[in-house]
Amino acid sequence: MASGVKPRVKVPKKASAGDTITIKTLISHKMESGQRKDKSGNVIPRSIINRFVCEFNGETVIDVTLDPAISTNPFFEFEAKVPESGEFTFTWYDDDGDVYTTSKKIEAS
Amino acid sequence: MQLTRRDTLALGLGAAALTLLPFRASASLADDKIAEFTGGAPVGEGGVTLTAPEIAENGNTVPIGVEAPGAVSIMVLAAGNPRPEVATFNFGPLAGAHSASTRIRLAGTQDVIAVAKMADGSFAKASATVKVTIGGCGG
Repeated sequence: MASGVKPRVKVPKKASAGDTITIKTLISHKMESGQRKDKSGNVIPRSIINRFVCEFNGETVIDVTLDPAISTNPFFEFEAKVPESGEFTFTWYDDDGDVYTTSKKIEAS
Repeated sequence: MQLTRRDTLALGLGAAALTLLPFRASASLADDKIAEFTGGAPVGEGGVTLTAPEIAENGNTVPIGVEAPGAVSIMVLAAGNPRPEVATFNFGPLAGAHSASTRIRLAGTQDVIAVAKMADGSFAKASATVKVTIGGCGG
């Protein structure tokens, strides 16, 4: 599914250096599990996002492997340390080879 | 043939056992996955917190959270799903707290298991039973 995928990320704009902040991410994706059948009884092929990575200035915050048991529109909430000002990069990897990225800047004082 | 009270009870038990069987089968699948993750190392208790609702009305989105201070990665399994693996969280050097939450699909009432790999190479697990009113795997 390459159409209609829209990542949404919530990161505070400011933090004091060394602080731990909470990040929430949501991406619209139907996450077809490969278990469902259509009306004529054929299995609908699996089509999910299989990996999600969050990085800050190139250093990994969290790297998640997703399996079909993750809900439609995968949501993640996690915490990250902010040692300095910089940019969070969020990357989602789709089964069909698509990669969705978004980034958010944060100012540390 | 007239059904006696005893026969009826036996029938009921038989039916219950039949419905439980597929769940048992995948429970061992979950054990296999745990063994794969730990490489056969013993899995202790404690050190991992798994937050899951007691009752989930809709199996399509069940909010869960895992937390394990000092963990390198946490694997989440749903023992009663057709495929037990749910997600694996790997924490990087900038992870603020070794915790994460997400929403998962559950096929029916079952145990959700979290296995954490600690920085020192040991493993710990936690589990919670979630009652599901409407299953979330289609079918």
